[in-house]
Amino acid sequence: MTAPNHQWRQFKDVLMQIITLACAILVIVPLILVFYHLITEGFSSLNLDFFIHLPKALGEKGGGMANAIVGTFVLICEAAIVGVPIGVLGGVYLSEYGGTKFNWAIRFAADILNGVPSITWGVVVYGLMVVPMHGPSALAGGVVLGLMMIPLVMRTTEEVLQLVPGGYREAALALGIAKWKTIVQIVIRTALKGIITGILLALARIAGETAPLLFTVGGALGWAHSLKEPIAALPLQIYLYATGPYEDWHRQAWAGALVLLLLVLAINIGVRFLTRDRFQQKI
Amino acid sequence: MTTATGQFGDRLFKWLTLLMALAIFVLIGLIGYELFAGSKLSLHKFGWHFLISSDWDPGNDIYGALPFVFGTLVSSLIALLIAVPISIATAVYLTELAPLWIRQPLIIFIELLAAIPSVILGFWGFFVMIPWLHKHLFPWLRDTLGFLPFFKGNDYGPCMLAAGMILAIMAIPIITSVSREILRSVPGLQREAAYALGATRWEVTRIAVLSYAKKGIFGAVILGLGRALGETMAVTMVVGNSSQLVASLFQPGSTLASWIANQFTEAVDDLFYSSLFELGLVLLGLTVLVNIVAQLLLKTFAGPSVIPQN
Repeated sequence: MTAPNHQWRQFKDVLMQIITLACAILVIVPLILVFYHLITEGFSSLNLDFFIHLPKALGEKGGGMANAIVGTFVLICEAAIVGVPIGVLGGVYLSEYGGTKFNWAIRFAADILNGVPSITWGVVVYGLMVVPMHGPSALAGGVVLGLMMIPLVMRTTEEVLQLVPGGYREAALALGIAKWKTIVQIVIRTALKGIITGILLALARIAGETAPLLFTVGGALGWAHSLKEPIAALPLQIYLYATGPYEDWHRQAWAGALVLLLLVLAINIGVRFLTRDRFQQKI
Repeated sequence: MTTATGQFGDRLFKWLTLLMALAIFVLIGLIGYELFAGSKLSLHKFGWHFLISSDWDPGNDIYGALPFVFGTLVSSLIALLIAVPISIATAVYLTELAPLWIRQPLIIFIELLAAIPSVILGFWGFFVMIPWLHKHLFPWLRDTLGFLPFFKGNDYGPCMLAAGMILAIMAIPIITSVSREILRSVPGLQREAAYALGATRWEVTRIAVLSYAKKGIFGAVILGLGRALGETMAVTMVVGNSSQLVASLFQPGSTLASWIANQFTEAVDDLFYSSLFELGLVLLGLTVLVNIVAQLLLKTFAGPSVIPQN
């Protein structure tokens, strides 16, 4: 006994499957196109020169982005030094200590902080560091990226720590081990892979950030000799070259964009394949 | 003795972690304070008038935020109009309708899309998407919908509509992945009950899943809006950076974020800087407000387990 509108309902079912599938495909089209164009436009400009040479003076052909690539790594390291300890330890507090309401407030604030636009961070650190230091510096750039990491790392750390079974903690405490040692040696250790995954994903995200660097690092054509000097960064260099008037700059910008994308995607894909157990499912 | 050091270590460790967790509040306070202090001059000179004035004239020391607030809202609205149906449909496909083997690869692709740095998307948008839009989509829109004021006049490439489309590309992965989390948290019993009544797969999705997850999905959309409002680099590269207030989406415009990015290095005097700081303050207010709404919706619906990513 089938209802009279049975066929119509079946048809609608199939139709909706097709429509939603079409949307899912549509979503990944930009990804594929960006990839395609970066490879076709950028790959031919990727050579050894690009990695080992400094940018040439205005309008001159050739040169590379060696200083920008190194600059980005310097900035990432600085950011990690600022952001990782605060983020991880804050995450430990959220997971292991504190009252429900208090922690809810911190968690809420962290999620709000995560939504603060990156350009806002740039303006804030401009007022906080660039003005007092009388100019942009590698230090200011590292700090702004590090601060942006904090809420991200804190939330993912908390998430993975919560996945550690309570029995582990109880077993350690029952043996008379101090709580802080339990946390450091048992809880954090169990969730270490997940914590590192969270940190790496946060680093991948800030590695491509451009807006906060616009007024904080200054950019440079040469090498920076100390953290107080302006420094070049790959995303910033891509922006400058992409919006500049010279054909040769655009060519290099494509190559730079390809390198940056590969760096970011390598971290993203890497952590997903390297760490596949139950602590990763949330990240 | 071990207990003594244990207790001391315990207290030290607890305070240390507490201090780090409190950094969140310190940061929020710092952001608010810095922007407020930086915009003092402009706040004092223009007051509320800053928000409703559409002049941006450094030569005569007149600054107003209206074109940028307008541009921010319009570009984000375009983005949502495009992104919301696509994102929800994709999330539904991924959780309810797709064959199991296809889900994981698709999810990874969407996460990779979210990982593309905004400067790269803007670069691609400027050199690939805009020429295509200029040649194919815009003429078609002008011919079919040209009677509307939004689609009137010529386009020169970079414009509000292009900014909206780039923002849509950036909002889709966020809305999709948060919606997916929400749909996944719908209890299986909901579905089983509908199946038991003889519903087809789509009917189960519509009646039992989507209506149950409405509030959470709304939260996901608002979260996507929050990200679109503050997005900077990609917009700066495709929006055209003009301070004019025009209705046509084919004309260049600016958002709060893109105008700050574009003008900050041009700023010559204190009042100019101060006005840019105030734009930052307006942007902060807008995004914080939107994010609070999104988080409240998401947290009341799905508990603390849904973390918005990127």
